[in-house]
Amino acid sequence: MKKTQTIILKEWAEVFKNRYVLFTVAFLPLLLTAIPIGVLYGMRSSEDFSGAATDMPTQFNALCPAGLSGGECFQVFLVSQFMIMFMIIPLAIPASIAAYSIVGEKVNRSLEPLLATPLTTVELLVGKSLAGIIPALLATWAGFLLFLLGAWLLVTDKAIFILFVDARWLVAIFLVGPLMALLAVTFSVMVSSRVNDPRVAEQVSMIIILPVLGVFFGQMAGLFVLNRPFILVAAFVLAAVDAVMVHLAVRLFQRETILTRWK
Amino acid sequence: MIKTEDLTKHFGEIIAVEGLNLEISEGEVFGFLGPNGAGKTTTVRMLTSLIAPTRGAAQVNGYTIGKDDTQIRRSVGLLTETPGLYDNLSAWRNLEIYAILYDVKDPKGQVEKYLRFLDLWDRRNDPAGSFSKGMKQKLAIARALLHEPRTVFLDEPTAALDPEASHLVREFILEIKKQGRTIFLCTHNLDEADRICDRIGVFKSRLLVVDTPTNLRTKVFGRKVVFHLRHASEEFLELFKKEPFVKDAQLVDRKIVATLDDPENQNPRLVRLLVDNGAEIQFVGELRRSLEDVYLQLVKNA
Repeated sequence: MKKTQTIILKEWAEVFKNRYVLFTVAFLPLLLTAIPIGVLYGMRSSEDFSGAATDMPTQFNALCPAGLSGGECFQVFLVSQFMIMFMIIPLAIPASIAAYSIVGEKVNRSLEPLLATPLTTVELLVGKSLAGIIPALLATWAGFLLFLLGAWLLVTDKAIFILFVDARWLVAIFLVGPLMALLAVTFSVMVSSRVNDPRVAEQVSMIIILPVLGVFFGQMAGLFVLNRPFILVAAFVLAAVDAVMVHLAVRLFQRETILTRWK
Repeated sequence: MIKTEDLTKHFGEIIAVEGLNLEISEGEVFGFLGPNGAGKTTTVRMLTSLIAPTRGAAQVNGYTIGKDDTQIRRSVGLLTETPGLYDNLSAWRNLEIYAILYDVKDPKGQVEKYLRFLDLWDRRNDPAGSFSKGMKQKLAIARALLHEPRTVFLDEPTAALDPEASHLVREFILEIKKQGRTIFLCTHNLDEADRICDRIGVFKSRLLVVDTPTNLRTKVFGRKVVFHLRHASEEFLELFKKEPFVKDAQLVDRKIVATLDDPENQNPRLVRLLVDNGAEIQFVGELRRSLEDVYLQLVKNA
């Protein structure tokens, strides 16, 4: 445990001195938290948007409880859209950190001395993974809490606020988020085995956020709606994909493979 | 102690190391010489349990590779070709991390010991990235020694260093030697190997020869003695050639160069022979071939 902790602290000390990573970790959550709060602030007078409710995908009406006006429903819909974007945080931050922490070691030639220690592959991989996952989850959760605080102050009707803390969002933030972070880290490990430049690794690793954008545009186009079953299915699918990715990452992250095949 | 039997490593069709049989005693400094791509680093990686051999076996400090890998990593220190330090972290932190990873009982005490030993104590809080190449290399060697390994593998410790930095590192290696550790030194620097190593192995995918630097010279070129004469002539040369123990003799300028098996016992006889026949001897000395000549000869013939 102490070795894993040492690896995590070492990663943070190294990685956060890189301004690209620091920018991703600090700026992205702030931006993605500010957008839905800004939307709420701009729509405080929901009556002005009552007509816009007709622009919402019809499936979304089912999620809108009785008692809310068309404008309030539209407010919930828009914020929900940006909440999907919020799910980029647990993907982008670990991908960014892992890309630097692994490819950076490759570039510095510091992996070989590290692998020559009695540190086990699992300890090393867990340390490197947690170094990416922990800041991502803290940023996601802190951003979500900040959003809730802003929403509490800005919503015109507390019934709208309840919709932001319903089970689907809590599952998304506290279950799907960690699963996404794990996916991003394992994906970055795989990307790291193929590239030599941390910036290239980061850019390629960012492919991982495309499915989230797909969900964003899919819901906007009315192809599906992010209801509770959808999020639960997403969680199960992610858990299964994570299991496969962890298995592949561990297989790839063997001392011999790293030293002889990682170019 | 290191012992290998038929140690072999293939990467697909490429033969990196073939049938390496080697025995290195405890406390010995063994120089592993070979051209680039000869398989030296692959050998070190196998002996430090970083990669598995395709065939054969090896024991390091009494542990078997492939079976006791964690114990091997615990009992050896490795200096890789490049220092591989964390440039953003201080010298102290660089060593402290490794002290923890190597399960050193008193990490802080051990880090302090080596920083003081290396004369880096005053710069302990400076980022490793701000160090000169020589200082970085010393720090990397200290990192390899923090856990007091019985065997140390040094892969090109003075490569890319200026003469002053190389000297610093060599001095440090000699200090480690005094501590009685077994040292496996991969190097291109033949002068360094000559000065530091007890024995040398010349390697090019397979082991070409192993011996002490002096014996290698003798094996490859024989021992040659130069007789500087005031008036060297064919007459004196013929006298030498008549002696059965003289393996070869040549007249070069005003010198006779004789190849002998046992100069310590044969020189007096030859000196007497020259004096008795009226030669005026100015100097007598052994013609010392450089290890580089030996190495080039061996690698060329491989």
